[in-house]
Amino acid sequence: MKISIETVEYVAGLARLNLSVEEKEMMASQMGDILGYMEKLNSLDTTGVKPLEHVEHMSNVFREDVVIDSFDRDKILANAPDKVDGAFRVPKIVD
Amino acid sequence: MDFKDFTIKAAASALRDKEISALELTEGFIKRIKNTDSKIDAFISVCFDSAVDDAKKAQTLIDNGSGDILTGIPMAVKDNMCTEGITTTCASHILENFIPPYSSTAVNNLRNRGAVLLGKLNLDEFAMGGSTENSYIKKTKNPWDIKRVPGGSSGGSAAAVASGQTVFALGSDTGGSIRQPASFCGVVGLKPTYGTVSRYGLVAFASSLDQIGPITKTVEDSAFVLNAISKKDKMDSTSVESGISDYSEGISEGVKGMKIGIPVQYLSQGVAPDVKNKVMDAINEYEKMGAKCIETSLELADYAIAAYYIISSAEASSNLARYDGIKYGYRSENFNNLLELYKNSRSEGFGAEVKRRIMLGTYVLSSGYYDAYYKKALQIRSLIKNEFDGLFEKYDCILGPTAPTTAYKIGDMADDPLEMYLGDVFTVSVNIAGLPAISIPCGLDKSGLPVGMQLIGKAFGEKTLLKAAYAYEQTHPFAIAPEVSV
Repeated sequence: MKISIETVEYVAGLARLNLSVEEKEMMASQMGDILGYMEKLNSLDTTGVKPLEHVEHMSNVFREDVVIDSFDRDKILANAPDKVDGAFRVPKIVD
Repeated sequence: MDFKDFTIKAAASALRDKEISALELTEGFIKRIKNTDSKIDAFISVCFDSAVDDAKKAQTLIDNGSGDILTGIPMAVKDNMCTEGITTTCASHILENFIPPYSSTAVNNLRNRGAVLLGKLNLDEFAMGGSTENSYIKKTKNPWDIKRVPGGSSGGSAAAVASGQTVFALGSDTGGSIRQPASFCGVVGLKPTYGTVSRYGLVAFASSLDQIGPITKTVEDSAFVLNAISKKDKMDSTSVESGISDYSEGISEGVKGMKIGIPVQYLSQGVAPDVKNKVMDAINEYEKMGAKCIETSLELADYAIAAYYIISSAEASSNLARYDGIKYGYRSENFNNLLELYKNSRSEGFGAEVKRRIMLGTYVLSSGYYDAYYKKALQIRSLIKNEFDGLFEKYDCILGPTAPTTAYKIGDMADDPLEMYLGDVFTVSVNIAGLPAISIPCGLDKSGLPVGMQLIGKAFGEKTLLKAAYAYEQTHPFAIAPEVSV
């Protein structure tokens, strides 16, 4: 299966990744191989088969609406790459 | 007894009979790690100071008679399980310095019983791979031949147990990541039924497939660890109460009358001759022990890999969207705006295989391709589960090789991702269907490398698997890897 460089660039954009020229070429070729292999699934007729998202028979799981202790703010912020005044700091997003 | 030979059962008995103290036991393993890990490279980080403290506390429990079989037993866990105050890297650059503010439930359950954490073990980055070569941190070697891979993604866990650096370890299994390295390293690896073990604190790869499980030297040890970690957890709404209080109960009952299905597909598709022969020998052994081994068919076996890589990559692309350089993890220094911060942090922070999975997952979920790939894969997941359900109406378990080959040389598969994926042919269907499976050693190939066989059971059928594995193990006792010269 052929995957174009444009497709790779489009998908990389959705995935928030930058790829170098070499990476794009490699990705196009490898994704082509892998997705080509996956086409074998088309030889199985799945008309009317219900998709199985999860092996468990799940229903909503509820808990009592009670206030419980959460993490200490400083402990959570300890891993932040950048922080200020008890908050995560990010680049300006509104002009 | 030499430290490297200690099973949980033997160590617990030595502790109880005061032949050794918990501190001596832990210090013995610390020394072994120091002496061997420059060759094996199984550990990403060690926590020897807290291990010594934990061992002392464990001794108090043993002395006042309130300990259980895991009290004072040294362990190590795969570095994708959160440990409060101890780095949890997922063998990645993006989480290289991440120190979790909480511990995973599975690790807590073991430590609450007095098990002593020695350190964190290497893996393929974010558990994506089958050789542990995708680790950003280091390459783990197979203790049976250090030119070879230990398998993956729980390669550090399997290598550490096989080389006697720890009594047991935890791994995680999304498509074979406990069983295949256990097979390559000659140890016992159990992937429990989905939901048996809480995933809280396990860094998510593919949430509908991920499951934590034990890597041990013996089958009985596997049951002891499962006893401690199988529990419904309010922090993981997919965890369930299995209703089994003691997995080791009845383990020695034997296999007389047990019906074992042998899918023809599992002994044809490119299986190495030595692997096939050893599994055939094991089938004969089961017949001798009174089990009925019956040839059967898993028609959909051939479609499992394609379905698995669609589902797992889709879930991974979604789960790994959280690594954006804001709240924790690596942040790029090069950015002028928020979008550049995201993109550069992720591009510099993720390795090649992780990027490939994110790209594949994003592609199969993207508009226009969703039905053709993702929905199709979920429909095939339905069919695979139904096929297994049908087999378990006739058989108590299913037997075959764990992997088509024994451990290969480091670097041999590194250039061809698809070929690497195809090595998961016998393990992925189990995760797709949420079933339990165990890999146990069944001899050595001509190069002296361990061969593993896999027993698959019906959902919550762990006790049947453990019973069958235990019976075989009595005829082929565990052998530790040859001593690595340092």
